Amino acid sequence: MPATQATLEAAFEAARAQGRKALIPFLMSGHPTPRDFAANLREAARFADVIEVGVPFSDPLADGPVIQSAAATALTHGTTLAQTLHTIAEASLHVPVVLMLSVNQVLAHTPEGFARKAAAAGVCGAIIPDLPHEESAAVREVFTRQGLTLVPMLAPTTGPERMKAILAGATGFVYLISVAGVTGTRDSFPPATLAYLQRAARHAKAPLCVGFGISQPGHINQLREHADGFIVGSALIRAIDEGRSIQSVLQPLKEAAAQPSPTRNARDVAQQEEQS
Amino acid sequence: MNAAVITTAPGRYGIYGGQYVPETLMPNLIALEAAFEAAREDEGFVAEFELTLAEFVARPTPLYFARALSESFGGRVYLKREDCTHTGAHKINNAVGQALLAKRLGKTRIVAETGAGQHGVATAAACARLGLQCIVYMGALDCERQRPNVERMKLLGAEVRPCEAGSRNLKVAINEAIRDWISNPDDTHYLIGSAVGPHPYPAIVREFQSVIGREARGQIMVREGKLPDAVIACVGGGSNAIGIFSGFVDDDVELHGVEAGGNTDAAAATLNHGRPGVLHGALSYLLQDDDGQVRGTHSIAPGLDYPGVGPEHSALKDAGRASYHVVHDAAALDAFRELSRREGIIPALESSHAVAYAKQLLQQRPGLTVVINLSGRGDKDLPSLLERGLL
Repeated sequence: MPATQATLEAAFEAARAQGRKALIPFLMSGHPTPRDFAANLREAARFADVIEVGVPFSDPLADGPVIQSAAATALTHGTTLAQTLHTIAEASLHVPVVLMLSVNQVLAHTPEGFARKAAAAGVCGAIIPDLPHEESAAVREVFTRQGLTLVPMLAPTTGPERMKAILAGATGFVYLISVAGVTGTRDSFPPATLAYLQRAARHAKAPLCVGFGISQPGHINQLREHADGFIVGSALIRAIDEGRSIQSVLQPLKEAAAQPSPTRNARDVAQQEEQS
Repeated sequence: MNAAVITTAPGRYGIYGGQYVPETLMPNLIALEAAFEAAREDEGFVAEFELTLAEFVARPTPLYFARALSESFGGRVYLKREDCTHTGAHKINNAVGQALLAKRLGKTRIVAETGAGQHGVATAAACARLGLQCIVYMGALDCERQRPNVERMKLLGAEVRPCEAGSRNLKVAINEAIRDWISNPDDTHYLIGSAVGPHPYPAIVREFQSVIGREARGQIMVREGKLPDAVIACVGGGSNAIGIFSGFVDDDVELHGVEAGGNTDAAAATLNHGRPGVLHGALSYLLQDDDGQVRGTHSIAPGLDYPGVGPEHSALKDAGRASYHVVHDAAALDAFRELSRREGIIPALESSHAVAYAKQLLQQRPGLTVVINLSGRGDKDLPSLLERGLL
């Protein structure tokens, strides 16, 4: 179904046309309760270009304490993939949804079964942090047949050759892990992060979205020249845990993302430099 | 060295194995594989490893003919005495090997997980000797039930970080160790203790533990003039088992792995009750529900209290080359007492599972010659067993 693919692309194209950076809030399915999650999904969509929905897993490797705890809470409510997809389908959001889950959750349903059910619920793609490039070919092929995007990930540790190989087949968008570490908020980003984002911008055709540690407008201002979008996870989950509103977190970030860039699109500039 | 069973692709054992880790760690795994391949061909490295095994680990360990146990069980029972190594379990073989490898990679900081505490103690000792910083993650439940090992690690200069999440056991400790490695990929080596994890770890652990099988094979040939009928080892992640199996896998010798049954059959018996899935970076048998959530486990032996298993064991099972059995807590405790009383050897609760299975096997088929890998000693288990009135 090429229609779903177009939805992700359309979302980034719309943001770009309006001179904005895309904002991608992350919510954990079933957190803090399944009912609250459904309501939060609709509320977050008001500020979102794309929404990332975590399907809770018993043993997540790349998550920090905040998201681990949200997953554990969701699992005590008996949250499943089926329920998550049902809630997403019911919400019929105007923004594309990508799932974030562990490869074992995909295998448990078989890649074919998972892709079929996800596509049927209107999901556009999935982020599978523990499915690196080397292991991804078979799953990507199945996803493509169902019109789903497998979102590739880059890390600051990814070397130049590896980065090129990963970016070569990228569609939808690319998830750039801001710093080596697990999810969670940070004060600022080291110079190495900027250099790595610049390196990625030279080779990427798909939009580049930065995640891990994005919690304040200052973060977006610091990195905005080198990215097309920003993913906000732990900061949002923490706000929900502390009873603060979704708007209180996403409104300021949305405004920062809408600030006009001092330069044109980062990738165009970097690739122009490359050519000259 | 013999080839791993049915390796179909780099890092694969049949369909099992692979590298299911976050991108942040992939460059580290690629560098580790290259360093490992270079080191095993480097005479200097091999010589230093062998000297360390001889002088620090106290190898070779004896192959002991257990006369009283043989009479009691009705066969010829040999014990491969890994309990006689420095720090008291086979874990030290791999710990010193990987610590040398970490040095070679220029790493200054080691993180490790531990269940029973034996791998933590072994890693702490190896790091103390080489001047490496050592951090050991250990489930909070295991810290309570393996108190003596926590104290030993601290004495050896390691920092022990108790893990309070979820099941508070080995699985959680591995989660935390991997997260630490993701956060410190440049200066840190993750010194994994079992034959689990992403490639190249199962191959590395097998290589450093294969000394058990090599020695045992030579020793039984001297002692009996022939190979044994069966080799028996307990299996949590499966490092002591893969170590001793590697010496006999190309021979006409039965290989028996013994999983922990806890109080109920499925408690931690991954190969008997799991189905293929990914945990901690590798595809292997896994105790999980229909939605892919990893199940909690229970065993009296912390080192076997794990819902996954090394990928080579999954391949050995599917190929029919090894068989895997379940022994419950009560039978393991009986074996623990029997070996202590009859032979004057106090085995680890983990190894006691292998002894208990040997008894069952010889009851069914008397007269066999069997080698049991006595992977560790039981001093660590005494305080907890006494406290709970189990002895």
